[in-house]
Amino acid sequence: MSEKESLFSAKNRKLIFNPLSKDNPIVVQVLGICSALAVTVKMKPAFVMTLSVLVVLSVANVLVSLIRNLIPNRIRIIVQLVVIATLVILVDQVLKAFVYDISKQLSVFVGLIITNCILMGRLEAFALGNKPWPSFLDGIGNAFGYGIILMIVAFVRELLGSGSVFGFKIIPDAWYIKNGGFYENNGLMVLSPMALITVGVIIWIHRSRNRDLVEQK
Amino acid sequence: MDRNGNKYTFIFAIAMVLLVATLLSIAAISLKPFQAKNIEIEKKTQILISVAKAQNTAQADNKNKYIETEYNKYITKSFVVNSAGDIIDGNAFNIDLAKENAKPVNERQLPVYECADDDGSVKYVLPVRGKGLWGPIWGYVSVEDDMNTVYGAIFDHKGETPGLGAEINQSWFQAPFKGKKLFDESGKLVSVKVVKGGAATNDIHGVDAISGGTITSDGVTYMLRDCMSAYEKFLSKSKK
Repeated sequence: MSEKESLFSAKNRKLIFNPLSKDNPIVVQVLGICSALAVTVKMKPAFVMTLSVLVVLSVANVLVSLIRNLIPNRIRIIVQLVVIATLVILVDQVLKAFVYDISKQLSVFVGLIITNCILMGRLEAFALGNKPWPSFLDGIGNAFGYGIILMIVAFVRELLGSGSVFGFKIIPDAWYIKNGGFYENNGLMVLSPMALITVGVIIWIHRSRNRDLVEQK
Repeated sequence: MDRNGNKYTFIFAIAMVLLVATLLSIAAISLKPFQAKNIEIEKKTQILISVAKAQNTAQADNKNKYIETEYNKYITKSFVVNSAGDIIDGNAFNIDLAKENAKPVNERQLPVYECADDDGSVKYVLPVRGKGLWGPIWGYVSVEDDMNTVYGAIFDHKGETPGLGAEINQSWFQAPFKGKKLFDESGKLVSVKVVKGGAATNDIHGVDAISGGTITSDGVTYMLRDCMSAYEKFLSKSKK
């Protein structure tokens, strides 16, 4: 990459936009599924999780990229883990201090960012071999790609499972069977299996629109 | 220096660990007051909810301020009793129930919060703590001044199964506790039981269990029985 390349050259734009669809971490790379199942019951925790991953992934990518020439090759995985773990603990502490309710809902899942495959995957595959700015873009792009899917899954699950979107009631109270209506929330939507099925459906739709992703037989 | 040599690797690792440790210590210490405040507010909220107060938390502009105001308004007194029912020295709010429950009953410090309701009646809030399926469960039970009728209850948990045992922190599970009796007609403490398969409508000592959450439900039963029996003398002494 030449030094004079502009900040948002075509190549750099690709780093941000590719992970949104063609190279999406969840539906194409199938990374980070575990947390996608866990935090998508409601949109609010999903949103906070997205933000947390965004912060951790972009900062971790930049940090690792900055010290990429200093990291001894033999302990590079350990160094990556230390960087991620430090950032995650910082995020966790900040959430606990300023948005306690959400941090309670996220509980162990914030800690699980450490084991989120997207982070290690991007550090190892990208940040170790690229300059800080492209690494930063790559982090943002992948976190958004992850976040988009998280929000779609959470939208479907919250709407059908709890009848609300971002905590606001969408289904009128009068519709519910207990109030003499005809509607009942789908309890299964609240449980993890439906998240997996929703992700599956998203992958299905995504592949049917992006034929080139479908494996050749 | 040889970047692949042992010496460089060790120096790098040591420097990294020291740096990270310093950073995290600073963060932990500087954020501690905020976190402690959140935990305090949460505890106050739960105490208030057990006496059906602080109902408008979601609408409050400043949640902490709202809870503090409500708490100072309604929770007029808190004190510590022992299992003999006598008031002893101590700060009720700072008692760690997990530690107290590990002690023999007669050595336990038992916190009591007194709530002066709008209509002039007095309610007593008793904290409870026990074991669920995966970890601790706890809650606050408020009794009316006959020291027998449950006025309200709130429960929470560390990590019960979502959708099953975790439902103990939902209002549909907690609401039926209102109006239940702790003592039977002969004055014997029977506590409130969580009944599998549903409590009979006229059962004054039972509420419905959670289907699929049997162990958590039983945990609530044992928690109430054990904690209430520690308060038994206090309850019967203060009975009016």
